Amino acid sequence: MTDMQTQPAVVPDFGDDDETDRKLVIICSKGNLDMAYPGLILANSALGEGIAVDLFFTFWGFDMITKSRQQKLTFTPVGNTAMHLPIGGRMPQWLSPFPGMTWVATKMMRKQIDDLGVPPVDEFLDQIVASGGRLWACKMSADMQKLTMEDLRDDVEDIITAADFMDLSEGAQTLFI
Amino acid sequence: MSTTTLAGREIHVDAEGFLTEYDEWDEELAQQLADQIGVEMTPEHWDVIRFLRDDYAETGTTATTRRVNAVGGFPVKKQFALFPKKPGKKMSYIAGLPKPAGCV
Repeated sequence: MTDMQTQPAVVPDFGDDDETDRKLVIICSKGNLDMAYPGLILANSALGEGIAVDLFFTFWGFDMITKSRQQKLTFTPVGNTAMHLPIGGRMPQWLSPFPGMTWVATKMMRKQIDDLGVPPVDEFLDQIVASGGRLWACKMSADMQKLTMEDLRDDVEDIITAADFMDLSEGAQTLFI
Repeated sequence: MSTTTLAGREIHVDAEGFLTEYDEWDEELAQQLADQIGVEMTPEHWDVIRFLRDDYAETGTTATTRRVNAVGGFPVKKQFALFPKKPGKKMSYIAGLPKPAGCV
């Protein structure tokens, strides 16, 4: 007798047979530690789901791919009214710009990120590239900051113009962060 | 929760087909799960799957690709090569574990 609950083998659909050309382009324009992560997390997740990802770094986002700066991103509570204190309550705005606050807040955030098993920015980019993600740098930002390919991570594909970006992002879902 | 018959016995699975009972898994079953999703198992595949099983037994959660790299020592590139496109989900499916819950 067959168990009434028994069903034919259920096989998850991993979408391997789908002709998908889903593509994500993420513009990373911020160089603050907290704002580096949204793009990295989404890029990593998308790659893990078989979606092609290109990351385009512009303006302050350049710090994420600049060799000498990518390990030194900081977080400041200045102007951030959503900054809550571990003891409860909000961080008073008058306190935020005090000397040493950025150092303390950065240290705390780094620890929280690490506690979650989330890698630092440079290692996260290593993982993204290993997963098939591509990194691109903005020409105007490079010129403004007087940076060349020499200054950037070795796995940055190229420094490209806004027009190149239009080709790159054709048909892609684009996020500006 | 429903059940399905694989490797000649009844096993518990969720709506997507992922095993829900850790102890119902063995390597014979894993071979069938891999066949079903078109993954050809090699010794390298088994190393990853065994790591996932052991790690789950220790931590109670499915290792993410990040952890499989950082703790298991299997480079991310290798994971994508062994379990194409969606390594996190494919590895956990074959290992008879829930999908990884972490974001990274």
